[in-house]
Amino acid sequence: MELTRMTAAELSAALAKSEVSATEVTQAHLDRIAAVDDRVHAFLHIAADSALAQATAVDKRRKTGEQLAPLAGVPVAVKDVFTTIGLPTTCGSRILDGWHPPYDATITQRLKQAGAIIIGKTNMDEFAMGSSTENSAFGPSRNPWDLARVPGGSSGGSAAAVAAYEAPLAIGTDTGGSIRQPAAVCGIVGTKPTYGGSSRYGVVAFASSLDTPGPFGRTVLDAALLHEAISGHDPMDSTSIDAPVPPVVAAAREADVSGMRIGVVTDLSGDGYQPGVLFRFGEAVELLESLGAKVTEVSCPHFKYALPAYYLIAPSEASSNLARFDAMRYGLRVGDDGRRDAEEVMALTRAEGFGAEVKRRIILGTYALSSGYYDAYYGKAQKVRTLIIRDFDAAFGQVDVLVSPATPTTAFPLGERADDPMAMYLADLCTIPSDLAGNAAISVPCGLAAEDGLPVGLQVMAPAMADDRLYRVAAAAEAALAGRWGQPLLASAKGLGG
Amino acid sequence: MTTTTDTLVPFAAAVQRYEPLIGLETHVELGTRTKMFCGCLTTFGAEPNSQVCPVCLGLPGSLPVVNRMAIEYTIRIGLALNCSIATWCRFARKNYFYPDMPKNFQISQYDEPLCTDGWLDVAVGMRTIRVRIERVHLEEDTGKSLHVGGATGRIHGAEYSLVDYNRAGIPLVEIVTKPIEGTGADAPVAARAYVTELRDLLRSLSVSDVRMEEGSLRCDVNTSLAPRGAGHWGTRTETKNVNSLRSVERAVRFEIERQAAMLDSGGRVILQTRHLHEDTGTTTPGRSKEEAQDYRYFPEPDLVPVAPPAEWVEQIRAALPELPSARRARLQAEWDLSEADMTALSNAGALDLVAETVAAGASPADARKWWLGELARRANEAGTEPADLAITPAQVARIAELVSAGTLNDRLAREVIDAVLAGAGSPDEVVAARGLAVVSDEAALTTAIDEAIAANPDVVAKIRDGKVAAVGVLVGAVMKATRGKANAARVRELILKRLT
Repeated sequence: MELTRMTAAELSAALAKSEVSATEVTQAHLDRIAAVDDRVHAFLHIAADSALAQATAVDKRRKTGEQLAPLAGVPVAVKDVFTTIGLPTTCGSRILDGWHPPYDATITQRLKQAGAIIIGKTNMDEFAMGSSTENSAFGPSRNPWDLARVPGGSSGGSAAAVAAYEAPLAIGTDTGGSIRQPAAVCGIVGTKPTYGGSSRYGVVAFASSLDTPGPFGRTVLDAALLHEAISGHDPMDSTSIDAPVPPVVAAAREADVSGMRIGVVTDLSGDGYQPGVLFRFGEAVELLESLGAKVTEVSCPHFKYALPAYYLIAPSEASSNLARFDAMRYGLRVGDDGRRDAEEVMALTRAEGFGAEVKRRIILGTYALSSGYYDAYYGKAQKVRTLIIRDFDAAFGQVDVLVSPATPTTAFPLGERADDPMAMYLADLCTIPSDLAGNAAISVPCGLAAEDGLPVGLQVMAPAMADDRLYRVAAAAEAALAGRWGQPLLASAKGLGG
Repeated sequence: MTTTTDTLVPFAAAVQRYEPLIGLETHVELGTRTKMFCGCLTTFGAEPNSQVCPVCLGLPGSLPVVNRMAIEYTIRIGLALNCSIATWCRFARKNYFYPDMPKNFQISQYDEPLCTDGWLDVAVGMRTIRVRIERVHLEEDTGKSLHVGGATGRIHGAEYSLVDYNRAGIPLVEIVTKPIEGTGADAPVAARAYVTELRDLLRSLSVSDVRMEEGSLRCDVNTSLAPRGAGHWGTRTETKNVNSLRSVERAVRFEIERQAAMLDSGGRVILQTRHLHEDTGTTTPGRSKEEAQDYRYFPEPDLVPVAPPAEWVEQIRAALPELPSARRARLQAEWDLSEADMTALSNAGALDLVAETVAAGASPADARKWWLGELARRANEAGTEPADLAITPAQVARIAELVSAGTLNDRLAREVIDAVLAGAGSPDEVVAARGLAVVSDEAALTTAIDEAIAANPDVVAKIRDGKVAAVGVLVGAVMKATRGKANAARVRELILKRLT
């Protein structure tokens, strides 16, 4: 079997039995990247040398008979928002062009310790602000299903890399849906773990109270393997939860929903939702019911305020988090001609270094936090956040998980929403509530929309630190759907010629 | 030199017409081993930018983790200042751009400080003023800028600036008083007395080395004036850059004189930040607060709330050391001093020295006499503090012992002090090396007395006529003959015995 078509679990097994070497696996993926990435543009930096060096080291360790972690020798693509020693970290922004971080993110460290091969850094909307990667300063990524369409965002590069078989696994971050939305529109699996379940240390901050690193895979089990490898308490992150990692891999293997109570969120449907998306979602719910789950309808009346609340909270935090990019210590510096003072150089650098969407959000956030407006905007948004948390609490009092479509529509064409921020923001309509509440959610492929033949994602949401429930439900749906389709959904992706 | 064109009203006249209101914000760098939010060391004077890491440099992706010891120190300060300790509080971000702020926001506390509503009693002259403390909160220090070139030493007009981030992230406690009313003409002295008392308190708590000259204790002084009996308070100015006790006093004094002149001429005081110039004792305006920036405070999302358990706070309270006010009361009783004597001792900065001298065996009276008299004078002449003199309390105790044993008289004791201060060794070494002991050999004295009597028949006649006071002339002659090494009282006694 072609190495790039194997799942991470299959690669892990083959590597463990020394049927294949980490060097061969890595080289195969580097070859695939060389063959297709000029069309997909999933990567900002391809780490060929360091990846092969890591692979050699893994092979050497395995030869000595050392017991290695499951992901040892398995390539992982990392969103360019994680700091990496030896590789640039740009966050898709000119302002960090050429910055080489002197330290590794906790997740980078954990991947290295697990022997996973960091194969490159993936493209993203600038500072994770966007739903299409069109806000990347280095050009958009493309959807492997249809190269004229967006791969979603902000972790679009990570999703595209996995969907294009350039890597079996990828890491992204989810702030308003930046893992689940691209996973959904690229037809792969993506998880937003519980906030605090995966470390933010070394993740260049967009919105600190929302940013959550998480995994992408082509299968639910693959996502679970990566989820488990990157999770767990980190003393370097004060918001990290000091509790055992939920048993996500075991849950993915069990894939059993019999007796589970599943709530369909009635507020996440209706106007603005593509019929083909709702149809596949409805089908998936019926399927889960046929597998023994008890399905009920649940209302979360405050979810309709989630989007506006999010667009006050996230930009507010971003306006502060992004203040540090001032040309003084690292990254781009514009206008330092020996005559201009520090303030002018800061202003010129920020004017040139940030893209339009980043500036829009900095201005929005600065306004929302301003004295005299704080209570009306940021303060009010925090109250809405509390109401959304209560909606979830009430719902989880009745059911074990909630389900909804992961996105209102399938992948949209490049350029279609680039000049319409509101239309772009609506792509995250279904995913934002879980970010505001800090609980766990996953998107798993549930079929193709009839209108356009593009993938649809089923979103499953679970209470904080009950991430294992996501995998139990998603794996059950995945298995049942694969039986129906006769092959993985992704096999139908035609963007790269099959 | 910074020149000022401000018109001033003489201080006495100013406080006669206007009632000053003062307030102080004091920043204290805590003496924790590591920084507020990372593991970097806090050692003062290290090579610039050698005590830094991704966190205190604010590198993208880095996150803060609260230093538990800094929380404990702050609670200690709060308890010593009679504050309430929050059961739950948060850090907040204070947003503004400045090159020495690595993140362009400072992690501070805003509307949820760790300690609130306390007080500190301060002796001002013969009365005690209760300074009410509004809040004590914890924040991180910024880096330190060095602006090179330009006239002002500030960023505007500088040729270039250098930044040392070693200081960035050092835990900083801000102690804010409520407005201090009713000090009148004592306002400058009261401000100084408060900072002095606070400094001593902080030192006794072992939370900071409180060195104003190294910037580990820094003050912002607010001053406003209102016409006496006006029934309202005036607009304040905030004088920054006040980095010595003397400057605290001068800053208030200058602002009173300057604001009085403005009000006298019918002008109004503008709410503004002013900078104190150590060379002239004058202040000049900084940015106007009316157009000051909006700091856009919001709760720091990278940190979880701080909720000190009550039992922990009680443990800290139980472990508080004896505080300066309690210690002063105890020593005053032990030494049997009046309030005035005790205040004089404190004001001279000699309390610890006297206590240590007493501990080394001197009587409280002797210890006070030497430190407030001879040694205070030497310190004054040298332009330094008594504590900085090159003589230890143990050495002073030894000199006092030699005097009471009759080995030294006061004049010889002064000579010994000179020698010790000049680095000639311990008091005993000086006495031995220079043969400074009092002549107590009666035979040698008798010879000298005989010679004096023989040389001054007229004086002898006066004494025999009953004019005993004239004996001083003979004693002087004997002292001269013995080069001052005789015990004058004994000499007098011997002469009178011979002549009467």
